Amino acid sequence: MLVEAILMTTTDHNYLVLPMLMVAAVGFALTPLAAAWAWAHFFSPAKPGKDKNAIYECGLEAKGDAWIHFRSEYYLYGIIFLVFDVETIFLLPFAVAFTGLSVGAFVAMIIFLLLLVEGLVWAWRKGILNWH
Amino acid sequence: MIEAGLKNELQKQGVYVTTLEDLYNWGRANSVWPLTFGLACCAIEMMAASMARFDLARFGAEVFRPSPRQADLMIVAGTVTKKMAPLVVRIYNQMPEPKYVIAMGACAISGGPFKQGYNVLKGVDRYLPVDVAIPGCPPRPEALIHAIMTLQEKILNQKLTGPDRARHLNADVPGEFLVPAYGKQDLEPSKNTEVWQPPAIQR
Repeated sequence: MLVEAILMTTTDHNYLVLPMLMVAAVGFALTPLAAAWAWAHFFSPAKPGKDKNAIYECGLEAKGDAWIHFRSEYYLYGIIFLVFDVETIFLLPFAVAFTGLSVGAFVAMIIFLLLLVEGLVWAWRKGILNWH
Repeated sequence: MIEAGLKNELQKQGVYVTTLEDLYNWGRANSVWPLTFGLACCAIEMMAASMARFDLARFGAEVFRPSPRQADLMIVAGTVTKKMAPLVVRIYNQMPEPKYVIAMGACAISGGPFKQGYNVLKGVDRYLPVDVAIPGCPPRPEALIHAIMTLQEKILNQKLTGPDRARHLNADVPGEFLVPAYGKQDLEPSKNTEVWQPPAIQR
């Protein structure tokens, strides 16, 4: 009966089946969620507490505040570390292929190294290497 | 509510009936998720129980959760020192209801071989409501599986309604237990008298 009615309407409206399927799909997803919410709301009372609402789950009580000040100098150190990091990555293949390199490649590599060293010299002169 | 006899008679005729309570408890009993929480050597047996040879997964209890927020069962596997006791209670408090405790091994039950030690808690049941206790030093994985089965039986018999309904459905029962503090000599208080009510010894 119902199937007949649906078939009759779908022959008249060819695309009606699409919103119907969509409603069914959304209902399929939402019904378990609603059931879970209703069960939690009506049958299992919430029992919040100091321990249960605590942020950390290791059993120890948190000491102090998590909103502490991080010094920006740390990030400058991180950036300077990159100078040495990139240098190491390029120096190793440079050393391995050193004897087979042409003069042009050698000059290009030295320029690249000088660029990195320039960054270090800049940081040094700025006084970033001293920890305040 | 359906009588057991009637249910049995109907089942013989091929008619299966159930109650919401049975269905709910059946689902809960077969998806007990323990907390990844080992204190001492019993934890090795607990790990063995969850591995392929003993296969705790057959009982739906293999999903060891690293967070107390997702766990249903705390297996106290090992010696609880007095330094560790407040942490154990606090982690138990952080678990959502319904929650259960298995005291695994002699140490968790009574302090075991270290009972005389100045720093050993003489049984985790002084602070936590232990549901199942497994004797042994350490208990074999089969014993842990038996404890899980015993716990499943307990869950299956819990009531959804009425005055003796399960704790997580009762708003009047507190969800958190007393966390002991480090005292000068001992934990303060040295036991939670609401939880620990041993029978008086008749001499």
